[in-house]
Amino acid sequence: MSTLAAAASTTSTGEAVQFWVLGTVAVIGALATILMKKAVHSALSLAGTMIILAVFYLANGAYFLGVVQIVVYTGAIMMLFLFVVMLVGVTAADSLTETIKGQRWLAAGCGLGFGILLIAGIGNASLKNSEGLAKANAGGNVEGLAELIFTKYVFAFEITGALLITAAVGAMVLTHRERTERAKTQRERALLRIREGKQITPLPAPGVYARHNAVDIPGLLPDGSISEKTVSATLRGRGQIRDVSGTSLAELAALEQRSEEWLERGGDAEGGPTAQRTPSARNGTHPGGAGEARAEEEVK
Amino acid sequence: MNPINYLYLAALLFTIGAAGVLLRRNAIVVFMCIELMLNACNLAFVSFSRMHGNLDGQIMAFFTMVVAAAEVVIGLAIIVMIFRSRHSASVDDASLMKL
Repeated sequence: MSTLAAAASTTSTGEAVQFWVLGTVAVIGALATILMKKAVHSALSLAGTMIILAVFYLANGAYFLGVVQIVVYTGAIMMLFLFVVMLVGVTAADSLTETIKGQRWLAAGCGLGFGILLIAGIGNASLKNSEGLAKANAGGNVEGLAELIFTKYVFAFEITGALLITAAVGAMVLTHRERTERAKTQRERALLRIREGKQITPLPAPGVYARHNAVDIPGLLPDGSISEKTVSATLRGRGQIRDVSGTSLAELAALEQRSEEWLERGGDAEGGPTAQRTPSARNGTHPGGAGEARAEEEVK
Repeated sequence: MNPINYLYLAALLFTIGAAGVLLRRNAIVVFMCIELMLNACNLAFVSFSRMHGNLDGQIMAFFTMVVAAAEVVIGLAIIVMIFRSRHSASVDDASLMKL
């Protein structure tokens, strides 16, 4: 593990290839973040860039930070971003009216100048030799970090804990809305419901007796038509109601037809006195036969 | 390849993030650009840690991540609150302290 980061002033060819390929993708992702019109696309591009940065951390011998980057940034923070984007409105695009004249070009120029300054500064710095983390990571990366956090940086670590608690409380205070009116009691709500003439009892359950009990199947009224009240308003609004009032009778009719075909065929094959007896069995001597005949009439 | 290239990449990403903060109006996208800048700084810290051969840079990056997490929580709460009162997430609309 530590040999990965052992390279001194130059890196291995594999790392170079990885850097140039993934570095290009990271820059493209960053550009997509600021150029995409929709906030969702920006968030996804940024998540991609962050995953690539996690790979770079791993390549640089920061194994703990690489994992934390994926867990905390792409796992928690970017999902929080997506959550807020969905809350605030996916379609909320930027307004294209310029409040300050020529602001875009000025901003782009400033960004370009700043970038040139920064990169030229790094180029002029005397950072020619790199020591590598082989020695520092010798006892394990996580162990090395833990030793530093709990000795040299223990005060900063404590302050970080205070910061996190403050942030959690702050978020709760900011998003909390005080109730402006008193909540209605159960009695008041019941009286109101009766006064408004709404349904007082609970709504009837969905499903038809013994055959279908899924939530999208409406119950049947005595005359065989479906009852809209049994399905939730959301499914009703989407039009996702499955009407099964005709299904069982249709199945029965199909069964009847099949058995009729089978009986006729059986009669042809056997012939003789058995074939003579078959129709009489259908005409009411068998109780099941009578029921089927009645069902057939209903279908018709 | 010299590990200094990681610093150039970090500088480039930071510049892109800064330009995004100046260019975009949507508060959420501006916030994402700030995250991009913080990540670029983390990359610079990590590569400095490698160049100097000690873990202090990684500790700094770790603290940056914690601060970024706290910042995201508060920032997004503020954005949601502003959106609730103004029905817009544009930074131009929130020009007054009070509605």
